[in-house]
Amino acid sequence: MSTIGHDRAAEMPLASPSPGGTLAEVFRQRYLLSMLVRNTIKSSYQGTVLGWLWSYVQPGIRFAIYYFIFQVMINRGGDEVPNFAIHLVSGLVVVHFFTETFNGGTASLLRNRRLLNKLPMPKALFPVSKTVVALWHTVPMLVILLVVCLVVGWDPDMLGVAAGLLAFAILIPLALALALFFSILNVFWRDFGKLIGTLTQLITFSVPMIYPYTFVHERFGELGSKIYLLNPVAESVLLLQRCFWVGTGDDPAYLTSRHMPDDLWARGGVMLVVSLVLLFLAQAWFKKYEGRVVERL
Amino acid sequence: MTNFIEVHNATKTFRMQYHRSLKMMAIAKLKGNRTHDVFNAVEDVSFTVEQGESIGLMGLNGSGKSTLLKMVSGVMRPDSGTVLTRGRIAGLIATGAGFDPQLSGWDNLWLQAAILGMSEAETRRKLDAIVDFADLGTFLDTPVTYYSSGMKARLGFAVAIHVDSDIFIADEALAVGDRPFKRKCKRKMDEIKNSGTTIFYVSHAPGAVRSLCTRVLVLDKGRLAFDGGVDEGIHFLKYDDTEDNVVGDKEDDGLGADV
Repeated sequence: MSTIGHDRAAEMPLASPSPGGTLAEVFRQRYLLSMLVRNTIKSSYQGTVLGWLWSYVQPGIRFAIYYFIFQVMINRGGDEVPNFAIHLVSGLVVVHFFTETFNGGTASLLRNRRLLNKLPMPKALFPVSKTVVALWHTVPMLVILLVVCLVVGWDPDMLGVAAGLLAFAILIPLALALALFFSILNVFWRDFGKLIGTLTQLITFSVPMIYPYTFVHERFGELGSKIYLLNPVAESVLLLQRCFWVGTGDDPAYLTSRHMPDDLWARGGVMLVVSLVLLFLAQAWFKKYEGRVVERL
Repeated sequence: MTNFIEVHNATKTFRMQYHRSLKMMAIAKLKGNRTHDVFNAVEDVSFTVEQGESIGLMGLNGSGKSTLLKMVSGVMRPDSGTVLTRGRIAGLIATGAGFDPQLSGWDNLWLQAAILGMSEAETRRKLDAIVDFADLGTFLDTPVTYYSSGMKARLGFAVAIHVDSDIFIADEALAVGDRPFKRKCKRKMDEIKNSGTTIFYVSHAPGAVRSLCTRVLVLDKGRLAFDGGVDEGIHFLKYDDTEDNVVGDKEDDGLGADV
């Protein structure tokens, strides 16, 4: 046990025993964060025969279903949108990461009320750990996507890789910002959890995934597509399609000019900044209100 | 001496919400009922604890003990006043609260240690001592779902009691542990006490408080009603009345069956 002399006692400052509410505090406790993440992942495959293989089987089946319904059954794609499956799956990867972080992050404080009620843990740990877990689930999906791309023939380019990285650079801060913001609101009004659960289902339809972006432009015109492109998730989907899908076509340059907005990169840059600003604001909000969370859990 | 805990005029206010949904609130408004009340769970409490002191916090149910404990441990912040502490706080608080029943005893041991603030190196250093203390044998390899409540408690206690601390907090007793395990815990607690660690112990059991504490605080309806010697404090609460003392605290190894 601790055998502290008076000299050491004087060295330790008198301070508030409450942990801080910032992301810096989470980073300081990154060992605990890694343990939470590792155990969440381990726990979800516990007792299964396939174990971690499920992280490939589950998205694999999901992709197959989407492929069957939209390409085989509805006959989407054709010459106009070649390799529709890859177009689709690029979108699914983005949407899945975003909804998992947003939904799970929103519920995370309430779900861990037993711990938060008893132990002084930095509360931001839970939305952050949810984000990291969602990111972990994204890896197998990207691997599957990569394999499919290689099978159909893929011509990767550096600009495409940059687009893929930019997609996640926009998505991660954005999803985390929303998770931080709504996790607090959900403690005060549980209605938010339900509302977000419903809203995130709409995300699938609000991004160019089961239809190409050109559809929006044709149906809703210039103004319609301007509004449509304000959605950062739609932008991220387009960027990831720029990364994977474009390179699988016979004429990538044509696909880019036909199915991507002209200002894809400029938009991406602006959204990256917006997304980082949102994360900054969400953290400030979280820090302000996290102290009142425990009494309302 | 150095103060390890300083509480100055701490007040914690809770809002009692009677109705949550719009419908119920509308009905209450129409009937002229109150939709919420405000009360002070802890009101204007001040005290300081020096290094090496061993405090027993007592009081009837609903007197604000848990709320005060949560402010000292850092789970809650006071609405007004200040609570300051020195060094690392650990102890027997919510042992096993972070258990994932799907995971094995080993996994939960590491997870719980991390939750209680131990680093990887610290956990590794104390691993043998923790495993020894929990005394679960090969059950450490099976998921915690299959543990009896006693086994779960043993694992939780084993981890919690090995966290190095400058302030040791305890808010639960070993109601589930068997006698040999209780004795082992008592020995460990005495060891912690004798090493000069500041102790903050919440209890209803006079026997446990007598054996562990050097000073008693009594809360009454959120206010600090008594601050002084152990026997006087127990007398103040009228807990020394042997006729009511049906639990038989003299026999309980000093860690009674309190809640």
